[in-house]
Amino acid sequence: MADCILVVAEHREGKLNRASFETIAGAQAISKETGWAVEVVVVGEGLDAVIAELATKIVSRVYAIEAAALAAYTSDAYVYALKNFVSTKQPKLVLFPHTYQVRDFAPRLALALDRTLISDAIGYKFESGKLLFSRQMFQGKFAADVSFAGDPPWLVTFQIGAFRGDLAEPGSAPTEKVTAAVAEGAPRVTPHEVFQEAKQAVDLSQAAIIIAVGRGIKEQKNVAIAENLAAALGGELAASRPICDNGWLPLERQVGSSGQTVAPKLYIAIGISGAIQHIVGMKGARTIVAINKDAEAPIFEIADIGVVGNLFDIVPALTAEIVKVKAGT
Amino acid sequence: MKILVCIKQVPQKDAPLKLNEAGTWIREDVSYEVNEPDAYALEEALRQKEKHGGEVVVITAGPTRSQQVLREALAKGADRAIHLEDDRFGALESTNTARAIAAAIEGEKFDLVVTGLQSDDYGAAQTGVLLAEILGWPHATIIIGIEKTDSGVHLKRELEAGHYQFIDMPLPAVLTIQSGINKLRYATLIGIKQAKMKPMRKVSYGEVEAKLSKNLQRIERLYVPVKQKKTEMLEGTPPEVAKKLVEHLRNTVRVI
Repeated sequence: MADCILVVAEHREGKLNRASFETIAGAQAISKETGWAVEVVVVGEGLDAVIAELATKIVSRVYAIEAAALAAYTSDAYVYALKNFVSTKQPKLVLFPHTYQVRDFAPRLALALDRTLISDAIGYKFESGKLLFSRQMFQGKFAADVSFAGDPPWLVTFQIGAFRGDLAEPGSAPTEKVTAAVAEGAPRVTPHEVFQEAKQAVDLSQAAIIIAVGRGIKEQKNVAIAENLAAALGGELAASRPICDNGWLPLERQVGSSGQTVAPKLYIAIGISGAIQHIVGMKGARTIVAINKDAEAPIFEIADIGVVGNLFDIVPALTAEIVKVKAGT
Repeated sequence: MKILVCIKQVPQKDAPLKLNEAGTWIREDVSYEVNEPDAYALEEALRQKEKHGGEVVVITAGPTRSQQVLREALAKGADRAIHLEDDRFGALESTNTARAIAAAIEGEKFDLVVTGLQSDDYGAAQTGVLLAEILGWPHATIIIGIEKTDSGVHLKRELEAGHYQFIDMPLPAVLTIQSGINKLRYATLIGIKQAKMKPMRKVSYGEVEAKLSKNLQRIERLYVPVKQKKTEMLEGTPPEVAKKLVEHLRNTVRVI
Protein backbone atom coordinates (compact mmCIF):
# COMPACT_ATOMS: atom_id res chain seq x y z
CA MET A 1 0.00 0.00 0.00
CA ALA A 2 1.32 3.43 -0.93
CA ASP A 3 2.29 5.73 1.92
CA CYS A 4 -0.45 8.16 2.82
CA ILE A 5 -1.50 11.04 5.04
CA LEU A 6 -4.98 10.55 6.44
CA VAL A 7 -6.96 13.68 7.30
CA VAL A 8 -9.83 13.14 9.74
CA ALA A 9 -12.43 15.74 8.78
CA GLU A 10 -15.13 16.94 11.16
CA HIS A 11 -18.80 17.72 10.81
CA ARG A 12 -21.66 18.52 13.15
CA GLU A 13 -25.04 17.08 12.17
CA GLY A 14 -23.95 16.69 8.57
CA LYS A 15 -22.50 20.19 8.26
CA LEU A 16 -18.79 20.21 7.48
CA ASN A 17 -16.54 22.06 9.93
CA ARG A 18 -14.49 24.47 7.79
CA ALA A 19 -11.40 23.74 9.87
CA SER A 20 -11.28 20.44 7.96
CA PHE A 21 -10.09 22.37 4.89
CA GLU A 22 -7.26 23.91 6.93
CA THR A 23 -6.07 20.42 7.84
CA ILE A 24 -6.34 19.34 4.20
CA ALA A 25 -4.23 22.38 3.22
CA GLY A 26 -1.64 21.30 5.82
CA ALA A 27 -1.68 17.74 4.50
CA GLN A 28 -1.24 18.95 0.92
CA ALA A 29 1.79 21.00 1.97
CA ILE A 30 3.38 18.03 3.78
CA SER A 31 2.55 15.81 0.80
CA LYS A 32 4.62 18.05 -1.48
CA GLU A 33 7.68 17.39 0.70
CA THR A 34 7.18 13.71 1.43
CA GLY A 35 5.39 12.48 -1.69
CA TRP A 36 2.76 10.78 0.49
CA ALA A 37 -0.78 10.77 -0.92
CA VAL A 38 -3.51 12.65 0.96
CA GLU A 39 -6.70 10.83 1.87
CA VAL A 40 -9.63 12.12 3.89
CA VAL A 41 -11.98 10.27 6.22
CA VAL A 42 -15.09 11.44 8.00
CA VAL A 43 -17.13 9.55 10.60
CA GLY A 44 -20.90 9.67 11.15
CA GLU A 45 -24.15 8.83 9.46
CA GLY A 46 -25.74 10.23 6.27
CA LEU A 47 -22.52 11.86 5.09
CA ASP A 48 -23.26 12.17 1.33
CA ALA A 49 -23.15 15.96 1.29
CA VAL A 50 -20.08 16.10 3.54
CA ILE A 51 -17.97 13.76 1.39
CA ALA A 52 -19.14 15.49 -1.79
CA GLU A 53 -17.82 18.78 -0.38
CA LEU A 54 -14.53 17.23 0.76
CA ALA A 55 -14.07 15.63 -2.67
CA THR A 56 -13.71 19.09 -4.27
CA LYS A 57 -10.08 19.27 -3.13
CA ILE A 58 -6.92 17.63 -4.48
CA VAL A 59 -6.88 14.42 -2.45
CA SER A 60 -6.60 10.79 -3.54
CA ARG A 61 -9.79 9.56 -1.92
CA VAL A 62 -12.52 10.56 0.53
CA TYR A 63 -13.92 7.89 2.85
CA ALA A 64 -17.14 8.01 4.84
CA ILE A 65 -17.23 5.65 7.81
CA GLU A 66 -20.93 5.27 8.49
CA ALA A 67 -23.09 3.58 11.11
CA ALA A 68 -26.23 4.45 13.06
CA ALA A 69 -24.17 4.30 16.26
CA LEU A 70 -22.09 7.21 14.92
CA ALA A 71 -25.03 9.55 14.25
CA ALA A 72 -24.32 11.54 17.42
CA TYR A 73 -20.72 11.95 18.53
CA THR A 74 -19.39 9.85 21.38
CA SER A 75 -15.70 9.34 21.99
CA ASP A 76 -16.20 5.60 22.53
CA ALA A 77 -17.83 5.01 19.13
CA TYR A 78 -15.43 7.33 17.27
CA VAL A 79 -12.35 5.72 18.80
CA TYR A 80 -13.64 2.23 18.03
CA ALA A 81 -14.46 2.99 14.38
CA LEU A 82 -11.30 5.00 13.67
CA LYS A 83 -8.99 2.56 15.45
CA ASN A 84 -10.26 -0.16 13.16
CA PHE A 85 -9.90 1.96 10.02
CA VAL A 86 -6.44 3.34 10.84
CA SER A 87 -5.01 -0.05 11.83
CA THR A 88 -6.15 -1.52 8.51
CA LYS A 89 -4.99 1.41 6.46
CA GLN A 90 -1.66 2.05 8.25
CA PRO A 91 -1.13 5.65 7.09
CA LYS A 92 2.15 7.41 7.88
CA LEU A 93 0.38 10.42 9.34
CA VAL A 94 -3.08 11.01 10.73
CA LEU A 95 -3.99 14.71 10.88
CA PHE A 96 -6.91 16.38 12.65
CA PRO A 97 -8.07 19.95 13.23
CA HIS A 98 -7.59 20.74 16.95
CA THR A 99 -11.31 21.17 17.66
CA TYR A 100 -13.03 20.51 20.98
CA GLN A 101 -14.35 17.23 19.55
CA VAL A 102 -10.90 16.10 18.42
CA ARG A 103 -9.44 17.01 21.81
CA ASP A 104 -12.08 14.73 23.29
CA PHE A 105 -11.20 11.55 21.38
CA ALA A 106 -7.83 11.85 19.57
CA PRO A 107 -5.56 11.17 22.60
CA ARG A 108 -7.60 8.05 23.36
CA LEU A 109 -7.41 6.92 19.74
CA ALA A 110 -3.62 7.35 19.73
CA LEU A 111 -3.21 5.23 22.85
CA ALA A 112 -5.67 2.60 21.57
CA LEU A 113 -3.36 2.31 18.54
CA ASP A 114 -0.37 2.16 20.91
CA ARG A 115 0.90 5.39 19.39
CA THR A 116 1.26 9.02 20.48
CA LEU A 117 -0.43 12.28 19.51
CA ILE A 118 1.31 15.62 19.04
CA SER A 119 -1.50 18.02 19.86
CA ASP A 120 -2.21 21.62 18.85
CA ALA A 121 0.65 21.96 16.33
CA ILE A 122 0.94 25.29 14.51
CA GLY A 123 3.13 24.06 11.65
CA TYR A 124 5.61 21.47 10.49
CA LYS A 125 9.22 21.31 9.35
CA PHE A 126 10.80 18.74 7.08
CA GLU A 127 14.47 18.54 8.01
CA SER A 128 16.79 16.00 6.38
CA GLY A 129 14.00 13.55 5.79
CA LYS A 130 12.51 13.95 9.26
CA LEU A 131 9.15 15.53 10.08
CA LEU A 132 9.02 17.92 13.01
CA PHE A 133 5.88 19.57 14.31
CA SER A 134 5.98 23.00 15.95
CA ARG A 135 3.73 23.77 18.88
CA GLN A 136 3.36 26.59 21.33
CA MET A 137 4.56 26.08 24.89
CA PHE A 138 4.06 28.07 28.09
CA GLN A 139 0.98 29.83 26.72
CA GLY A 140 2.77 30.93 23.57
CA LYS A 141 5.84 32.38 25.28
CA PHE A 142 7.95 29.68 23.61
CA ALA A 143 7.64 27.30 20.71
CA ALA A 144 8.97 23.74 20.50
CA ASP A 145 9.81 21.49 17.60
CA VAL A 146 8.63 18.00 18.41
CA SER A 147 9.50 14.75 16.64
CA PHE A 148 8.07 11.26 16.75
CA ALA A 149 10.36 8.68 18.35
CA GLY A 150 8.28 5.59 17.51
CA ASP A 151 6.77 3.94 14.44
CA PRO A 152 3.95 5.39 12.31
CA PRO A 153 1.09 6.03 12.19
CA TRP A 154 1.95 9.38 13.73
CA LEU A 155 -1.01 11.42 14.96
CA VAL A 156 -1.05 15.23 14.94
CA THR A 157 -3.71 17.86 15.57
CA PHE A 158 -3.35 21.29 13.97
CA GLN A 159 -4.41 24.46 15.76
CA ILE A 160 -7.33 26.30 14.17
CA GLY A 161 -5.83 28.87 11.79
CA ALA A 162 -2.48 27.05 11.43
CA PHE A 163 -3.18 26.69 7.71
CA ARG A 164 -5.48 28.63 5.42
CA GLY A 165 -8.48 26.54 4.45
CA ASP A 166 -9.16 28.69 1.38
CA LEU A 167 -5.73 27.66 0.08
CA ALA A 168 -6.60 23.95 0.05
CA GLU A 169 -6.08 23.13 -3.63
CA PRO A 170 -9.24 22.32 -5.56
CA GLY A 171 -9.62 19.04 -7.39
CA SER A 172 -11.99 16.16 -7.78
CA ALA A 173 -11.59 13.03 -5.69
CA PRO A 174 -13.33 9.65 -5.70
CA THR A 175 -15.44 8.87 -2.65
CA GLU A 176 -15.95 5.56 -0.89
CA LYS A 177 -18.28 4.43 1.86
CA VAL A 178 -16.97 2.13 4.54
CA THR A 179 -19.16 0.27 7.00
CA ALA A 180 -18.06 1.26 10.47
CA ALA A 181 -16.81 -1.15 13.06
CA VAL A 182 -19.24 -0.86 15.97
CA ALA A 183 -18.56 -2.15 19.47
CA GLU A 184 -20.90 -4.79 20.86
CA GLY A 185 -23.03 -4.05 23.88
CA ALA A 186 -24.84 -0.92 25.03
CA PRO A 187 -23.02 2.43 24.70
CA ARG A 188 -21.68 3.83 27.99
CA VAL A 189 -22.28 7.47 27.24
CA THR A 190 -25.60 9.12 26.34
CA PRO A 191 -25.16 12.38 24.41
CA HIS A 192 -28.00 14.92 24.24
CA GLU A 193 -28.69 17.65 21.69
CA VAL A 194 -26.12 20.37 21.04
CA PHE A 195 -27.62 23.76 21.90
CA GLN A 196 -26.88 27.45 22.30
CA GLU A 197 -27.93 29.35 25.41
CA ALA A 198 -30.43 32.20 24.99
CA LYS A 199 -29.57 34.10 21.85
CA GLN A 200 -26.56 36.30 22.39
CA ALA A 201 -27.54 39.92 22.78
CA VAL A 202 -24.13 41.20 21.75
CA ASP A 203 -22.82 40.30 18.31
CA LEU A 204 -19.17 41.25 18.52
CA SER A 205 -18.49 39.73 15.10
CA GLN A 206 -20.10 42.78 13.49
CA ALA A 207 -18.29 45.39 15.62
CA ALA A 208 -15.84 47.71 13.84
CA ILE A 209 -13.98 48.68 17.00
CA ILE A 210 -13.41 46.40 19.97
CA ILE A 211 -11.75 47.29 23.26
CA ALA A 212 -10.87 44.09 25.10
CA VAL A 213 -9.67 43.65 28.67
CA GLY A 214 -7.74 40.82 30.25
CA ARG A 215 -6.33 39.73 33.56
CA GLY A 216 -4.07 42.80 33.72
CA ILE A 217 -7.09 44.91 34.68
CA LYS A 218 -6.77 43.27 38.14
CA GLU A 219 -10.12 44.27 39.68
CA GLN A 220 -13.73 44.50 38.56
CA LYS A 221 -13.94 48.23 39.28
CA ASN A 222 -11.04 48.87 36.90
CA VAL A 223 -13.07 47.57 33.94
CA ALA A 224 -14.51 51.11 33.85
CA ILE A 225 -11.16 52.32 32.48
CA ALA A 226 -11.70 50.24 29.36
CA GLU A 227 -15.38 51.10 29.27
CA ASN A 228 -14.48 54.79 29.08
CA LEU A 229 -12.10 54.16 26.18
CA ALA A 230 -14.77 52.13 24.37
CA ALA A 231 -17.24 54.97 24.84
CA ALA A 232 -14.77 57.55 23.56
CA LEU A 233 -14.04 55.48 20.44
CA GLY A 234 -17.59 54.28 19.90
CA GLY A 235 -16.48 50.67 20.23
CA GLU A 236 -17.74 47.51 21.89
CA LEU A 237 -16.30 46.23 25.14
CA ALA A 238 -14.97 42.65 25.13
CA ALA A 239 -12.84 40.43 27.36
CA SER A 240 -10.62 37.40 27.56
CA ARG A 241 -11.89 34.34 29.34
CA PRO A 242 -10.64 34.97 32.93
CA ILE A 243 -12.59 38.23 33.08
CA CYS A 244 -15.84 36.45 32.20
CA ASP A 245 -14.99 33.53 34.51
CA ASN A 246 -14.75 36.07 37.33
CA GLY A 247 -18.13 37.48 36.35
CA TRP A 248 -16.68 40.97 35.74
CA LEU A 249 -18.21 41.02 32.26
CA PRO A 250 -20.96 38.76 30.87
CA LEU A 251 -19.93 35.63 28.94
CA GLU A 252 -21.45 37.06 25.76
CA ARG A 253 -18.57 39.56 25.64
CA GLN A 254 -15.90 36.87 25.64
CA VAL A 255 -13.59 36.66 22.64
CA GLY A 256 -11.70 33.43 21.97
CA SER A 257 -12.09 29.76 21.16
CA SER A 258 -14.93 29.29 23.63
CA GLY A 259 -16.45 32.71 22.95
CA GLN A 260 -16.90 34.82 19.86
CA THR A 261 -14.62 35.13 16.84
CA VAL A 262 -14.20 38.72 15.73
CA ALA A 263 -12.63 40.63 12.84
CA PRO A 264 -12.98 44.36 13.58
CA LYS A 265 -11.14 47.21 11.96
CA LEU A 266 -9.47 47.97 15.28
CA TYR A 267 -8.86 45.70 18.28
CA ILE A 268 -7.29 47.20 21.37
CA ALA A 269 -6.10 44.53 23.80
CA ILE A 270 -5.65 45.91 27.30
CA GLY A 271 -3.80 43.78 29.84
CA ILE A 272 -4.29 40.66 27.71
CA SER A 273 -1.24 38.39 27.62
CA GLY A 274 -2.38 36.65 24.45
CA ALA A 275 -3.00 33.01 25.38
CA ILE A 276 -3.66 30.86 22.31
CA GLN A 277 -7.33 30.46 23.22
CA HIS A 278 -7.81 34.22 23.04
CA ILE A 279 -5.72 34.83 19.94
CA VAL A 280 -7.66 32.38 17.77
CA GLY A 281 -10.72 34.55 18.34
CA MET A 282 -9.23 37.91 17.32
CA LYS A 283 -6.21 37.50 15.08
CA GLY A 284 -8.40 38.36 12.08
CA ALA A 285 -8.64 41.99 13.25
CA ARG A 286 -7.25 44.47 10.71
CA THR A 287 -5.25 46.48 13.24
CA ILE A 288 -4.31 45.11 16.64
CA VAL A 289 -3.09 47.44 19.38
CA ALA A 290 -1.68 45.81 22.52
CA ILE A 291 -1.10 47.54 25.83
CA ASN A 292 0.67 45.34 28.36
CA LYS A 293 3.22 45.72 31.14
CA ASP A 294 5.12 42.60 30.06
CA ALA A 295 7.25 43.19 26.96
CA GLU A 296 7.50 39.41 26.49
CA ALA A 297 3.72 38.86 26.42
CA PRO A 298 2.72 36.76 23.38
CA ILE A 299 0.09 39.37 22.40
CA PHE A 300 2.96 41.47 20.99
CA GLU A 301 3.68 38.64 18.51
CA ILE A 302 0.55 39.51 16.61
CA ALA A 303 0.13 43.20 17.47
CA ASP A 304 0.56 45.92 14.82
CA ILE A 305 1.11 48.57 17.46
CA GLY A 306 2.49 47.80 20.90
CA VAL A 307 2.79 49.80 24.08
CA VAL A 308 4.75 48.35 26.99
CA GLY A 309 3.72 50.03 30.20
CA ASN A 310 1.20 50.51 32.96
CA LEU A 311 -2.29 50.33 31.51
CA PHE A 312 -3.66 52.32 34.45
CA ASP A 313 -1.64 55.34 33.23
CA ILE A 314 -1.77 54.77 29.49
CA VAL A 315 -5.45 53.95 28.91
CA PRO A 316 -6.88 57.02 30.73
CA ALA A 317 -4.34 59.22 28.88
CA LEU A 318 -5.46 57.67 25.59
CA THR A 319 -9.13 58.22 26.40
CA ALA A 320 -8.46 61.84 27.32
CA GLU A 321 -6.53 62.41 24.09
CA ILE A 322 -9.32 60.90 21.97
CA VAL A 323 -11.96 63.02 23.69
CA LYS A 324 -9.79 66.11 23.15
CA VAL A 325 -9.17 65.37 19.45
CA LYS A 326 -12.82 64.51 18.79
CA ALA A 327 -13.97 67.74 20.46
CA GLY A 328 -11.57 69.70 18.28
CA THR A 329 -12.83 68.33 14.96
CA MET B 1 -18.11 9.92 46.18
CA LYS B 2 -14.44 9.14 46.33
CA ILE B 3 -12.77 11.64 44.01
CA LEU B 4 -9.20 11.87 42.73
CA VAL B 5 -7.97 15.28 41.55
CA CYS B 6 -4.88 15.36 39.31
CA ILE B 7 -3.06 18.67 39.64
CA LYS B 8 0.15 20.08 38.24
CA GLN B 9 2.61 22.74 39.30
CA VAL B 10 3.45 25.19 36.51
CA PRO B 11 5.42 28.47 36.29
CA GLN B 12 3.44 31.45 37.59
CA LYS B 13 1.44 33.23 34.92
CA ASP B 14 3.49 36.41 34.85
CA ALA B 15 6.83 34.81 35.75
CA PRO B 16 9.54 35.98 33.33
CA LEU B 17 10.69 32.78 31.66
CA LYS B 18 14.15 32.29 30.18
CA LEU B 19 15.55 29.50 28.04
CA ASN B 20 18.29 27.34 29.54
CA GLU B 21 21.70 27.44 27.88
CA ALA B 22 21.15 24.25 25.91
CA GLY B 23 17.86 25.60 24.51
CA THR B 24 16.06 22.47 25.61
CA TRP B 25 13.93 23.78 28.46
CA ILE B 26 13.28 26.86 30.57
CA ARG B 27 15.49 27.90 33.45
CA GLU B 28 13.86 26.45 36.54
CA ASP B 29 14.63 29.35 38.90
CA VAL B 30 11.14 30.84 38.62
CA SER B 31 8.07 30.99 40.87
CA TYR B 32 5.52 28.25 40.50
CA GLU B 33 1.80 27.89 41.14
CA VAL B 34 -0.96 25.38 40.60
CA ASN B 35 -2.15 25.05 37.01
CA GLU B 36 -5.31 27.17 36.91
CA PRO B 37 -7.77 24.68 35.36
CA ASP B 38 -6.59 22.12 37.96
CA ALA B 39 -7.53 24.57 40.72
CA TYR B 40 -11.08 24.59 39.31
CA ALA B 41 -11.07 20.78 39.18
CA LEU B 42 -10.11 20.68 42.87
CA GLU B 43 -12.80 23.20 43.77
CA GLU B 44 -15.40 21.12 41.92
CA ALA B 45 -14.29 17.96 43.74
CA LEU B 46 -14.57 19.73 47.12
CA ARG B 47 -18.07 20.96 46.24
CA GLN B 48 -19.19 17.48 45.17
CA LYS B 49 -17.89 16.06 48.43
CA GLU B 50 -19.72 18.73 50.42
CA LYS B 51 -22.96 17.75 48.64
CA HIS B 52 -22.63 13.98 48.53
CA GLY B 53 -20.01 13.08 51.14
CA GLY B 54 -16.94 10.98 50.43
CA GLU B 55 -13.28 11.74 50.10
CA VAL B 56 -11.09 14.04 47.97
CA VAL B 57 -7.57 12.86 47.18
CA VAL B 58 -5.07 15.03 45.27
CA ILE B 59 -2.17 13.71 43.23
CA THR B 60 0.73 15.32 41.39
CA ALA B 61 3.86 14.10 39.63
CA GLY B 62 7.02 16.17 39.82
CA PRO B 63 10.06 17.22 41.82
CA THR B 64 10.09 18.06 45.54
CA ARG B 65 8.98 21.65 44.92
CA SER B 66 5.67 20.45 43.46
CA GLN B 67 4.63 19.27 46.94
CA GLN B 68 3.56 22.88 47.47
CA VAL B 69 0.46 22.47 45.27
CA LEU B 70 -0.55 19.38 47.26
CA ARG B 71 -0.17 21.30 50.55
CA GLU B 72 -2.36 24.08 49.21
CA ALA B 73 -4.99 21.57 48.11
CA LEU B 74 -4.97 19.96 51.55
CA ALA B 75 -5.34 23.40 53.13
CA LYS B 76 -8.40 24.05 50.94
CA GLY B 77 -10.03 20.85 52.14
CA ALA B 78 -8.65 17.80 50.30
CA ASP B 79 -8.38 14.82 52.66
CA ARG B 80 -5.05 13.35 51.60
CA ALA B 81 -2.38 13.59 48.94
CA ILE B 82 -0.22 11.38 46.75
CA HIS B 83 3.09 12.70 45.46
CA LEU B 84 4.86 10.94 42.58
CA GLU B 85 8.10 12.56 43.59
CA ASP B 86 11.03 12.67 41.17
CA ASP B 87 12.57 15.14 38.74
CA ARG B 88 12.15 12.54 35.99
CA PHE B 89 8.35 12.79 36.10
CA GLY B 90 8.61 16.22 34.52
CA ALA B 91 10.18 14.77 31.37
CA LEU B 92 7.41 12.26 30.71
CA GLU B 93 5.01 12.69 27.83
CA SER B 94 1.30 12.75 28.65
CA THR B 95 0.84 9.00 28.09
CA ASN B 96 3.51 8.09 30.61
CA THR B 97 2.29 10.68 33.12
CA ALA B 98 -1.14 9.05 32.89
CA ARG B 99 0.45 5.60 33.31
CA ALA B 100 2.34 6.79 36.40
CA ILE B 101 -0.87 8.16 37.94
CA ALA B 102 -2.74 4.94 37.14
CA ALA B 103 0.04 2.91 38.78
CA ALA B 104 0.06 5.12 41.88
CA ILE B 105 -3.69 4.66 42.50
CA GLU B 106 -3.78 0.93 41.89
CA GLY B 107 -5.95 -0.74 44.50
CA GLU B 108 -7.86 2.46 45.31
CA LYS B 109 -11.48 2.53 44.22
CA PHE B 110 -12.28 6.01 42.98
CA ASP B 111 -15.74 6.93 41.66
CA LEU B 112 -14.49 9.95 39.80
CA VAL B 113 -11.21 11.41 38.55
CA VAL B 114 -11.13 15.12 37.70
CA THR B 115 -8.34 17.27 36.30
CA GLY B 116 -7.95 20.56 34.44
CA LEU B 117 -8.61 20.52 30.71
CA GLN B 118 -5.00 21.41 29.92
CA SER B 119 -1.82 22.67 31.51
CA ASP B 120 -0.38 26.15 31.16
CA ASP B 121 3.10 24.80 30.35
CA TYR B 122 2.82 21.97 27.78
CA GLY B 123 -0.82 22.62 26.94
CA ALA B 124 -1.19 19.17 25.39
CA ALA B 125 -4.67 18.67 26.86
CA GLN B 126 -4.22 14.90 26.89
CA THR B 127 -3.36 13.47 30.31
CA GLY B 128 -6.94 13.18 31.61
CA VAL B 129 -8.24 11.55 28.43
CA LEU B 130 -5.31 9.12 28.35
CA LEU B 131 -5.84 8.20 32.00
CA ALA B 132 -9.42 7.22 31.11
CA GLU B 133 -8.15 4.95 28.32
CA ILE B 134 -5.62 3.31 30.67
CA LEU B 135 -8.26 2.77 33.37
CA GLY B 136 -10.79 1.62 30.77
CA TRP B 137 -13.32 4.19 32.01
CA PRO B 138 -15.56 6.57 30.06
CA HIS B 139 -14.52 10.21 30.02
CA ALA B 140 -15.68 13.65 28.99
CA THR B 141 -13.73 16.85 28.37
CA ILE B 142 -14.18 20.60 28.87
CA ILE B 143 -16.87 20.13 31.53
CA ILE B 144 -18.64 23.17 32.97
CA GLY B 145 -21.29 21.45 35.08
CA ILE B 146 -21.50 18.21 37.08
CA GLU B 147 -24.66 16.82 38.63
CA LYS B 148 -24.69 13.45 40.32
CA THR B 149 -27.59 11.21 39.33
CA ASP B 150 -28.75 7.76 40.48
CA SER B 151 -26.95 6.09 37.61
CA GLY B 152 -23.82 8.25 37.30
CA VAL B 153 -23.30 11.88 36.34
CA HIS B 154 -25.20 14.41 34.23
CA LEU B 155 -22.61 16.70 32.62
CA LYS B 156 -22.57 19.97 30.75
CA ARG B 157 -19.88 20.10 28.07
CA GLU B 158 -18.66 23.29 26.49
CA LEU B 159 -18.36 23.21 22.70
CA GLU B 160 -16.99 25.93 20.47
CA ALA B 161 -18.54 29.33 19.77
CA GLY B 162 -21.14 29.37 22.53
CA HIS B 163 -22.52 25.86 21.97
CA TYR B 164 -23.12 23.36 24.76
CA GLN B 165 -24.18 19.78 25.23
CA PHE B 166 -25.49 17.68 28.10
CA ILE B 167 -24.29 14.10 28.37
CA ASP B 168 -24.94 11.30 30.83
CA MET B 169 -22.40 8.71 31.82
CA PRO B 170 -21.95 6.04 34.47
CA LEU B 171 -19.27 6.11 37.15
CA PRO B 172 -16.39 5.58 37.51
CA ALA B 173 -15.36 8.18 34.94
CA VAL B 174 -12.67 10.74 34.18
CA LEU B 175 -13.63 14.38 33.57
CA THR B 176 -11.49 17.31 32.42
CA ILE B 177 -12.70 20.59 33.88
CA GLN B 178 -12.92 23.99 32.22
CA SER B 179 -11.82 27.11 34.11
CA GLY B 180 -14.75 29.12 35.45
CA ILE B 181 -16.97 26.11 36.30
CA ASN B 182 -17.18 27.47 39.85
CA LYS B 183 -15.77 30.15 42.14
CA LEU B 184 -12.45 29.23 43.73
CA ARG B 185 -12.16 29.30 47.50
CA TYR B 186 -9.22 30.48 49.53
CA ALA B 187 -7.53 28.35 52.13
CA THR B 188 -8.41 29.37 55.69
CA LEU B 189 -5.90 29.67 58.51
CA ILE B 190 -7.43 26.63 60.19
CA GLY B 191 -7.24 24.79 56.89
CA ILE B 192 -3.55 25.57 56.53
CA LYS B 193 -2.94 24.32 60.07
CA GLN B 194 -4.91 21.14 59.55
CA ALA B 195 -3.14 20.45 56.26
CA LYS B 196 0.07 19.76 58.10
CA MET B 197 -1.57 16.79 59.81
CA LYS B 198 -3.10 15.28 56.69
CA PRO B 199 -1.50 12.21 55.11
CA MET B 200 0.78 12.57 52.11
CA ARG B 201 1.89 9.35 50.44
CA LYS B 202 5.08 9.50 48.41
CA VAL B 203 5.53 7.28 45.41
CA SER B 204 9.02 6.93 43.94
CA TYR B 205 9.93 6.66 40.27
CA GLY B 206 11.13 3.11 40.90
CA GLU B 207 7.71 2.03 42.15
CA VAL B 208 5.95 2.90 38.87
CA GLU B 209 8.81 2.57 36.36
CA ALA B 210 7.74 -0.91 35.22
CA LYS B 211 4.40 0.55 34.06
CA LEU B 212 6.01 3.23 31.88
CA SER B 213 7.29 2.83 28.35
CA LYS B 214 9.59 4.75 26.07
CA ASN B 215 8.44 8.31 25.29
CA LEU B 216 7.10 8.22 21.71
CA GLN B 217 7.60 11.93 21.09
CA ARG B 218 10.54 14.16 21.80
CA ILE B 219 11.03 17.91 22.13
CA GLU B 220 13.99 18.59 19.83
CA ARG B 221 14.34 22.25 20.74
CA LEU B 222 12.59 25.07 22.57
CA TYR B 223 12.86 28.63 21.26
CA VAL B 224 11.34 32.08 21.30
CA PRO B 225 8.74 32.10 18.51
CA VAL B 226 9.52 33.93 15.32
CA LYS B 227 7.44 37.08 15.05
CA GLN B 228 4.64 36.87 12.50
CA LYS B 229 4.16 40.61 12.23
CA LYS B 230 6.23 43.74 12.39
CA THR B 231 5.08 45.50 15.52
CA GLU B 232 5.54 49.22 15.86
CA MET B 233 6.38 49.88 19.50
CA LEU B 234 5.36 53.28 20.86
CA GLU B 235 7.47 54.77 23.60
CA GLY B 236 7.32 57.80 25.87
CA THR B 237 5.30 59.10 28.81
CA PRO B 238 1.63 58.07 28.88
CA PRO B 239 0.46 61.41 27.35
CA GLU B 240 3.12 61.13 24.62
CA VAL B 241 2.17 57.54 23.83
CA ALA B 242 -1.50 58.53 23.79
CA LYS B 243 -0.78 61.29 21.30
CA LYS B 244 1.18 59.00 18.96
CA LEU B 245 -1.48 56.32 19.16
CA VAL B 246 -4.31 58.75 18.41
CA GLU B 247 -2.42 60.04 15.37
CA HIS B 248 -2.14 56.48 14.17
CA LEU B 249 -5.81 55.74 14.80
CA ARG B 250 -6.70 58.90 12.91
CA ASN B 251 -4.39 58.72 9.91
CA THR B 252 -3.71 55.02 9.34
CA VAL B 253 -6.56 53.07 10.93
CA ARG B 254 -9.02 55.90 10.29
CA VAL B 255 -11.38 55.26 13.15
CA ILE B 256 -11.33 58.77 14.59
